[in-house]
Amino acid sequence: MNITDNGFAATRRLILQGASLVALVGFGNPLLGLAPALAAANDKYPEDAFKAKSDADAVKALYGKTAEPSDKVKLDAPEIAENGAVVPVSVTTDLADVTSISFLVADNPNALAASYRIPAGTLPSVANRLKMAKTSNVIAIVEAGGKLYSATKEVKVTVGGCGG
Amino acid sequence: MASSIRVRATSSGETTEVQALIQHPMDSGFIKDAKGETIPPHFIQELTFEYDGKAVFVADWGAAVSKDPYVKFSFKGGKKGDDLKVSWVDNKGMSDTTTAKIQ
Repeated sequence: MNITDNGFAATRRLILQGASLVALVGFGNPLLGLAPALAAANDKYPEDAFKAKSDADAVKALYGKTAEPSDKVKLDAPEIAENGAVVPVSVTTDLADVTSISFLVADNPNALAASYRIPAGTLPSVANRLKMAKTSNVIAIVEAGGKLYSATKEVKVTVGGCGG
Repeated sequence: MASSIRVRATSSGETTEVQALIQHPMDSGFIKDAKGETIPPHFIQELTFEYDGKAVFVADWGAAVSKDPYVKFSFKGGKKGDDLKVSWVDNKGMSDTTTAKIQ
């Protein structure tokens, strides 16, 4: 009798454990699904993205996905920057539904330089001036219709803007 | 005290072009001073442009934006004589705000 009782209890326990696991997973999924959506909403200063060292990590921290190169992203930066402390960089695109534009300098200590939120009604075109520690690729990321597009250009720096 | 923000907003009828120049050291935290001591990071993190109670452009900046930063963008709408509000907050919690008339 005892043996069958124990067996029953054990099975029962297993079933309960299984049920609670299912419940956890059931609750977990929508929460997990929510996290990237919140990150993409971009309504807070993206501290982690600015602390990321590499351009790939910064893009991942900022958008949670990767970008594909596109000739629709027009990145304008000088071939040679004599002063790395002030490098004029601008981007414009004819992609529709642009929600954000970001600038990265791949070989800076922290790759992400600036990220701009573009509400509906604002044109997808931004000009700014960045610091470059040394010769590096400059990357522009455009978020349009929930997808990421990029353009890259190498800028040669003769005098660095970081650490001098 | 004079505002740290200089902004020019020009309406062409359909769109308004905005150029802003802000006085700020934008210290990256990677540069040493003459004594060899690291200058702590001090840079603007968030710059917001508001028109008609709505944000038309928000910049999130890191330390790699140049000293005395400059930015240019355009938005649809915006009437001559209307106000454009510009404000920034830096990593030390300092901030400044100004309001410019669209020309």
